[in-house]
This record gives sequence, structure tokens and C-alpha cells, in this order.
Amino acid sequence: MGSAPTAGTIILVVLVLGVTILGFWAARWGNANLAHLDQWALGGRNFGTVVSWFLLGGDLYTAYTFVAVPALAFGAGAIAFFAVPYTTITYPFVFVVMTRFWTVAKKRGYVTTADFVADRFGSRWLELAVAITGVLATLPYIALQLIGMQAVLERSGIAPSHGSAMLMLIVAFVLLGAYTFTSGLRAPAAIAFVKDALIYITVIAAITIIPGKLGGWTHVFDAAQTALAAKPKNPGSIVIGSNMYFAYASLALGSALALFIYPHSVTSILSSKSAGVIRRNCALLPLYSILLTFLALLGYCALAAGLHETNNNFAVPDLFNRFFPNWFTGVAFAAIVIGALVPAAIMAIGAANLFASNILQSFGGRQTRPRNETNVARYISLAILVCALLIATGIQPSFSINFQLLGGAWILQIFPAVVLGLYTRWFHPAALLSGWVAGMAATAAMALSSGFAAVFKLSFLGTSVPGAIIFYAFVANLAVSVLCTWLFRALRLPSGTDVTVVGDYA
Amino acid sequence: MKKRLWYWLLLVPFIATLWPPFYARHDPVIFGFPFFYFYQLVWIAISALIVWVVYLATRERTDG
Repeated sequence: MGSAPTAGTIILVVLVLGVTILGFWAARWGNANLAHLDQWALGGRNFGTVVSWFLLGGDLYTAYTFVAVPALAFGAGAIAFFAVPYTTITYPFVFVVMTRFWTVAKKRGYVTTADFVADRFGSRWLELAVAITGVLATLPYIALQLIGMQAVLERSGIAPSHGSAMLMLIVAFVLLGAYTFTSGLRAPAAIAFVKDALIYITVIAAITIIPGKLGGWTHVFDAAQTALAAKPKNPGSIVIGSNMYFAYASLALGSALALFIYPHSVTSILSSKSAGVIRRNCALLPLYSILLTFLALLGYCALAAGLHETNNNFAVPDLFNRFFPNWFTGVAFAAIVIGALVPAAIMAIGAANLFASNILQSFGGRQTRPRNETNVARYISLAILVCALLIATGIQPSFSINFQLLGGAWILQIFPAVVLGLYTRWFHPAALLSGWVAGMAATAAMALSSGFAAVFKLSFLGTSVPGAIIFYAFVANLAVSVLCTWLFRALRLPSGTDVTVVGDYA
Repeated sequence: MKKRLWYWLLLVPFIATLWPPFYARHDPVIFGFPFFYFYQLVWIAISALIVWVVYLATRERTDG
């Protein structure tokens, strides 16, 4: 390469530098005192419907989604489309549950799920378990954003080699860390406007141009079916077979229940001005799910275009290179790179909140919330980004979606304490902790024995049922939580103090 | 509170999308999309509509 940069490269660099400036500017947005954790971490809990729509869309539909879901469709076919029911049913769920969480968090000043669990169940250990799970599940998720970015940088022509793509990744991350440190949640909230606009432009352009050039959707689906069926190992199909029904549905359900208890989702939810903002967005955010479906279908377009990839993550970038004029690839690649920066910033903030408020302070005592809590969270957000960078350089990119599914299976293990805890205090805190241990262990065991796949063949009464690890582990967790609650209540073990009152929830 | 009954509507998307036998087939092809894809796309829209209806029906003055 070494020659003059192309129009696409220039556009990509200009857009990324532009959002960097926007990220630093965001510190002055709304004239807030960013020394308050509520301001730095939650934008002052004051975002209205429009800002929240962009922020949540930018947060949940990440660069990983835009690269890895079509990559899965490209590599494995119909199973990738579990992402569609997944992102359909999560909203009715959020409509009911997360508004209740928002209400109690607003009334009692919670910044994290672990804050709530600590008050509700009066258990330091359960608080710690929830916080550690959040950090653990977030790290590989941030790493995935990096992998999505790296795939684009390598294919955009801007980085001539793997090494230089890595270097650019580090530069982008230093900048990301700096404006997250300075502006907190306001930085990704401001950048999300640009990111989402670019993504919509890119996808609309892609679905108007690419299928037409490939002979129309009917031909795209037929060609994808032929290509998938011809895969030498693990031939696929564009319609799931009956043996995969349960895996498909359990993946969708498990992922849908997990999505909004991730620290970065909670951070965005809590930044809303009112419960009404969240409710309205539950009807408006599905527009992103339609976008995601078409993005996933680009994986089929890549098959129909006859692309062969050593790394499935390259399918979409290469498709853009093939069908878009050079200058427009700059826009499309910027959409993905910025699409990685927004959620990475929110994830770093969400995980830092857990670390600062629930892990460090669990040892220091809750009553002594230090005045420098925000500064602690700021430095931890940097540390988390560094850790994620180290993970990103250490794992095989083609495993990226499975690592995300592993993180999803972990995060779902806090569901009984966080979500069921919103409705009932019946569970014994020690039982929830036992259930959590069971769920985490079951996840790890199934992931190891299936070679880090999302689906595990559970043998039961002589038949083997492929189902989502996330779902099986959750069932194990629930079963242990219920059984141990009966046991511990029968033994009259002290069950902690609940300092929340009924009025906090409505 | 009769209003609470509206929340039951929110279960409909779960039933419609978590039972693949309803839609895991190729035909009919609609607008070039096999039924598997058409059905799931349409249900994104129907679910959003259901959420909006429930929102309007259960809205309170204090919601903001």
C-alpha cells in the first residue's frame, strides 16, 4: 500500500477524529459537575426519549453485533437469526422489569444492580458476586468491540498489516479512554448520534445496492442455501431444522433475559429521565432490531457473492469493499469503528461503577462512600479498557461470538437476585449465592466440554437435547436457589435485612 | 386495577417467536423472503406495536 491514502481512508480518519472531539466536548454538555458519580456515570439521570433512544441503540447494537452476527450467518446459516426473536422479546420484558428497577434505583440512589442487591438482601457476599459477575461478563464484551474494529481496520486498507491494525486500535483506545475519563457517560451519549446515523445510512445503502447487484433477494437466499449446504464440515441451511428448535428458542430467550442486566445496559437505563422514557423506548428501539436483521442477511449476500474467508468476521467488510465505491467504504467502516467506541465507553463506565461502588467499597464499608468515588471510577474505567485490550489480543477472533455468549451466560446468573429480587424477597440470600455458584460452574463446565460453543447437547433419559448453555445454566441456578431457600428457611438461617420498602418500587 | 390486565398482552410476542414450529419453513416466499425471515421481521413490528398499545393503555399522568 504505502501510496497516497484513498478517499475512503480519509473519510474514515476524519469521522473518527470528529467523534473524538465530540467526546471531549461532551464534558461541557449541560454544565454539570462531573465530580458527582451520578453526573459522570449516569449523565445526571436526565436523558429524554430521543437521547436515550440513540444512547441505548448505540449501546446495545454494537460493532460486534454488526460484524459477528452476519459472520455467523455467513458461516453457519439460520441459527444466527436467533438474534431476531432475541431482540424482539427483550423489549416487552424490559417494559415491565427495567422500569421497576429504574424506579427503585432513582428513589434510593443506586448506580448499579449490586447496589440494589446489597440493600434488598443485606448480603455483602451476594453484592460482591453480582459485581464480580458484571465485570467478568463485560471484559470479553469490550474485547469483542475491539475485534470488530480490528476486522474493519485490517480490511479497510488503512492498516496494511495485522501489526499496524493493532497499533491503530491502541491509538483509538487511548483516545476513547481519555474522553471517557473526562466526560463520563455524556461522551458516548453525544457520539451515539453520529454512530447511529452512520449505521442507518450504511445499512440502508447496503440493502438497496447489494441484493440488486446479486440478482435480488430470492436469488441471494437460494445462493446462500446452496453455499451453506456445500460447506465441507457442518453443512448449514437457511431454515433451522427441527433438531435445532429448542437450541434456537433457548438461545433467544436466555439472551433476551440477559441483555438488560449487563452493566452497560443498566448504566444506559438508569440515565433515563423517567420510567416513561424507558417505556416509550421499548416501542421505538425495535427499529434497531430490523436493522440488525438486514445486517445479518448481509452474511447471506456475502455467500451469494461467492466470498471465501479464512476469518468469517471479514465477510461484511469485504462485501462493502466489493460493492461500495471507495469513498463510501470510509463511511461504512467509520460506522463500525465508531459503533465499537460507543458501547466500549459505556461498558467501561458500567464495569467501573461496579468495581468502585461494590467491590472496593465492599471492603471499606458502605457508609464511608468517599468523596473521590468518581475519581476512583474514572481510573478504574481506564484499567478496564486496558484489560479488554489485553484479552482482545489474546483470543481467536473467530471465537468472538462464543465468548460473548459465555459472558451472556455468566451475566444471566445474577438474574434471580436482581430481577426476581425486584418482585419477591422470598429467596434466601445464601440460596441465591449457592444458585449463582451452580450457574457459573455449570456455564464453565458446559462451555469447556463443548469447546466454547453456545449450544450444548444435554443427555437426558437416553436422548440428547441440544440447547443453549445460557438457558441450561440458568435452570440449574434457579433450581438450586429454590431448593436451598427451602432448606435454609427450614434451618432458620438468618436471611439478612431488607432496607427497601414497598413504596420504593412504584 | 383493570389496567394491569393489559400487561398480559406482552406475553404474545414470546409465544409467537419462541415456538419455531410456527415459522421454521421456507415457503411461502414473500417479497423474495422465505417465510422464516418474513415472519420474524413482521413480528419485530407487531411486538413494537403491542408494547406501544400497552404503554398508551397503562400510562399514568406521573410517568413523565
